Formats: sequence, structure tokens, C-alpha cells
Amino acid sequence: MTTTKPSSDQTSSGSQTATALVEIRDLKKSYYRDSQEIPVIEGVTLTINRGEFLAMMGPSGSGKSTLLNIIAGLDSAEHGSVIVDGENVTAMSARQLATWRGRHIGFVFQFYNLLPVLTAYQNIELPLLLTELSKRERKEHVLTALDVVGLTDRAEHFPRQLSGGQQQRVGIARAIVSDPTIILADEPTGDLDAKSAEEILDLLTRLNEEFQKTIIMVTHDAKAAERAHAVMHLDKGVLSR
Amino acid sequence: MKFARLVWANIFRNKRRTFLTAASVAVAMFLFASLRSIITTLEASAELGSEARLVTRNAIGITFPLPEAYTSRLKSTSGIRNVSWANWFGGVYQDPQDFFAQFAVHGESYFAMYPEIRIPDDQLDLFLRERTAAIVGTGLMERFGWSLDQTVTLQGTIFPGDWEFTIRGVYTPDNPSFSDQTMYFRYDYLFERTNRQVTPGWFILQLEDPTAAANISTTIDALFENSTAPTATETERAFQAGFVTMWGNVAGLVRAIGTAVFFAILLVAANTMMMAARERINEVAVMKTLGFQNRTLATLVLSEATIITGVGGLIGLLLAKGFINPANPVNVMLPGFILTTGTFVAGVGISIALGLVSGAVPAWQSARLSVVQALRRVA
Repeated sequence: MTTTKPSSDQTSSGSQTATALVEIRDLKKSYYRDSQEIPVIEGVTLTINRGEFLAMMGPSGSGKSTLLNIIAGLDSAEHGSVIVDGENVTAMSARQLATWRGRHIGFVFQFYNLLPVLTAYQNIELPLLLTELSKRERKEHVLTALDVVGLTDRAEHFPRQLSGGQQQRVGIARAIVSDPTIILADEPTGDLDAKSAEEILDLLTRLNEEFQKTIIMVTHDAKAAERAHAVMHLDKGVLSR
Repeated sequence: MKFARLVWANIFRNKRRTFLTAASVAVAMFLFASLRSIITTLEASAELGSEARLVTRNAIGITFPLPEAYTSRLKSTSGIRNVSWANWFGGVYQDPQDFFAQFAVHGESYFAMYPEIRIPDDQLDLFLRERTAAIVGTGLMERFGWSLDQTVTLQGTIFPGDWEFTIRGVYTPDNPSFSDQTMYFRYDYLFERTNRQVTPGWFILQLEDPTAAANISTTIDALFENSTAPTATETERAFQAGFVTMWGNVAGLVRAIGTAVFFAILLVAANTMMMAARERINEVAVMKTLGFQNRTLATLVLSEATIITGVGGLIGLLLAKGFINPANPVNVMLPGFILTTGTFVAGVGISIALGLVSGAVPAWQSARLSVVQALRRVA
């Protein structure tokens, strides 16, 4: 259960017994065009439990991606707090945030955003380069991630040699390879055909159900949102169920 | 090391651009090495002459001779161990473009005074016994394909006519800055052929004590002060340095050209790096999302720029080394024109600095990049 009122303190799933992983309190964010203030998020309060699959829907410009970016520590809020797994994201420095993201966040982009000069294997390995893992350990992790997304045989392919669906699966493998606390997906099926979109949703569902990954997915697609445990609607910066 | 593959992949992302950037730096470093070698050679030339030898010339100028009668007065001057003299001949062999220096020297005294000119004893003996004999540098022998005992004919310019010389000796300089492109022949040959009209061009005085050079110079010049041919005496090193200054401010000109080349190439490299960085704004944003620190991203950009300019610079320097050292295309004018280790190291340093400077702006831009704005631009 979510509310735009700071005083409300309920979970997105309505469960009071589950462990809270993400706690957003009275979050406010505006953009400025010249001197004109354009509110994007207006006092959002939300709790997301561990192992939950949450979908956020809303029209373009409603603030979905901004909220996702703030949770990921990519954007800052003017007011309120975001606490992920006990750590106050909104109070961290840019440097702390980068380290924290590497450890806790797996990000899935709408347009895959793979590095074109690297193979699928190398793209997936990228987040692991920031860890202390040895080359052999990195290889084990990458092969596991490739196996999870079903692309073991495409490890040495470059992004241009892969279909959109395959590229997105590589993107998901990159997001999960470091075993993050939370997966943030920004319209992961937005650039895919229906069949590929279905495969990606199957994969996300499997990650949630089989690997107990907490997923927050921004989507325009009502069918995609059906896969989630809970669906939140954001409109003009106000969150509602 | 674990980021090496990423740097490598980015370097070869646009092979043509990387090649052209490295090539431009290679050309710049080739020019730098060549120009810098001219400066070091000029500086070495100025240092070439001995402090233990004085040169006495006509105070009016080097082209005005001195009376031969000065020889005995110089020999009797206190502190002078030996006296010799020489003349500039200025002959032409086959083609005026094939220039080389020829000096008429007083053989017995001259070569005794110059241990840096190494001649086999038997060849020197032959030279001293034959009036038309000549001693030629190894480089000159090689350049014209001459051989010992060969007769060569020079056309005199200052002293008209065809002049025949028989090569009786070949000298090897013991210092790379000392030219191996010179021909020495006997002063008495010049003297006789000019109907005893020629007189010494300058005197070379060997000192007993080099520290007395200043006093002896003053004494000698005072000795001839009121004569018809007043003298100017200075150490051979100062005399040599005077020759170098006749080139004008070549060193300054070369430095100015080198600086202009450096900044031109810097702009090219910086522009290339910024273009490369601009193409990758989205990728930098993605890497930041994955947790890459600004410092790491800046290091990657700087590494890439430094490798491209470093490799390009190294290629240019190696080409310059290969071109200058064995061939020495300007040996006649600049004996000992070589690319020194100092120049090579400076070139490598400049190449790396070029990479760091040209990569600084894109590295700074990467660090400042807003992930949200960069990703939104792509979306």
C-alpha cells in the first residue's frame, strides 16, 4: 500500500510482516525551466518489501523514471529520504553512491545500453571489474549469469550480432551478475516485440520467484505490469495504487 | 590491468581515427626529434673546440689573412708551446652542391696539435713527404667513393684553377661532433701555387697552461695592436661558438617551430579525444550507473589518450632515430647530427604529456557528466 502522505507507513504489498527493503519517505523533486518550478514527485512515501516485484505505471512525464533514478542514487531529491536495506541513499556523497550502486543495484535499461565494443561476456563482466574478484571468479559469475538468461552460446557475440531480445537478456545478466540487492528496470520491454517482451518478463518473473530478487519495474505496458505483485500508479508526481 | 581490455577496445573502436591521431603525433615527434637534434648539435659544436688552444685571427674578420711573420713572434710569446696555421680553401669538387670543407694546414705542427684527428702514422708520413698530398675524413671518402692514392681535382674559387690532390691518408675523428667530411692539404702547396702570395688565414696556438688563456690572448692582441693587421685572439671553443652564432638564432627559431608544432598537434589530439568522448556519453552514463567512480572513468579516458599519443610519439621518435643517426643527411653542415638519448626521452615525455593534456578535458567531462541527463538524451 502506498500513499502520498508522509504519515502513512504501509507496504506496497499490504503485508506488515514482510521485511522492508526500500523505504521512501515524503520524497519531493522538482525540475526548473528558467524560473518556473515543475514538480515531478510530490511527497511520495512508499515501502517495498524484500523479494517483492513492484510495477510502476503512469503516463510520460509522470515521474516514474525520476523516482527510479532517485532510488538508484542517480538523481537527487529536494526533500525526503530513500533508505535501501538500512542505508540512507539520499544522504550519500556521489562517490559513496557509486560504490553503493555497484554493490546493491542492478539496472535494466529500456534500450539495453550495452557497450558496443565489448562482447556479451565482457559487457556482463563490467560490474565485476569493480569488485575484488579474481579473473577466475569473475568468469564463474559471468557464466552463471549467462546461463540464467539462456545465452551461454552467445558469450562471444558483440551486441550488434544479437537481436533486441537477446541484448536485453545480456542487459539483465549484467544487472544480476554481481548479485545486487535490488533490480531496477526502466521499461525493460519498451523496445521489444511482443514475443521478446514476453521472454524478458518471464525472465524477470523467474528472477523474482526463483532467486527471490526484489524488482521495481517502470512500464507503460499493462500486460507487463500484470507480472508484478503490486502495481503503483504515478501521475503528476503523486503515487496511488 | 583488469580494465586494460576496456581501454584496448575503446582505442580500436574507430581504427581510422586512432591511426590518424597516432600518425599526427608520430609526425610531430619526428619533427621534434629532428629539430631538437639540430639544437643539440649546434650546442655540441659550440663546445667542440679546445680550451687549451687559442685561435688568433685578423681583428677585421676571419676572411682577412695575417702575415706569416707573426709565426715567430707568436712562438716567442711566453706560455705558448706550439704554433700552427691554416687557410680556408673553398674549392669545388664536381658540383658546387657537393660542398665540403678544405683547409690548407701546416702539416707538421697542425696534426700534432689535434689528437682528436686520428691518422695512421704511415699515412701521416706520406702526407708530410708529398706536397700535393691530402688527408680526407672517413665520411668524405665514403660519400664520394674515393680510395687511398686516388687523385682528385678541385676547382679553386678563392684561388682559381684546377687543383690536384692525392689522397695519402684517411682520418677518423674521435668525437662524433668533429666532422669526418673535411679535407686537409699542405699549406706549402697553396703557398707555391699562389706564387707565395698567400699568408695564413688564422693561427692556432697550443698553450702550456689553459688557465692562462685570457692573459695570453690579451698579450698577443696587444703585441699586434698597432700593426697593419691587428689580431683578435680567443680560445678555440669561443672561436667555434662564434661560428655557431653565424647561423643566427637558429636555436630560437627551431624552438619556436617546435612549440608551434606541439600546440597544433595538441589541438588535433584534444579534438579527437573530445570527439571520441562525445560519442560515448551514453556509455559513460551506463558505467556510472553500474558503479564506476569518476576517478576510474577519468583514468580510462586518460589511459586511452596517453596510449594513442605515446605509441604515435614512439613511432615518430624511432623513425627519426632510424633516419637521422645512420644517414645523417646534413652531416656536412652539422657534423655529429645525432638524436641523443636526452632528446628521445624528452620526446617520449612530451608524447605522454600530450596524451594527458588532450585527455584532460574529456576526462573532466566524463567526471562531471549527469547520468540522468545523458541517459535521457539517448532515450
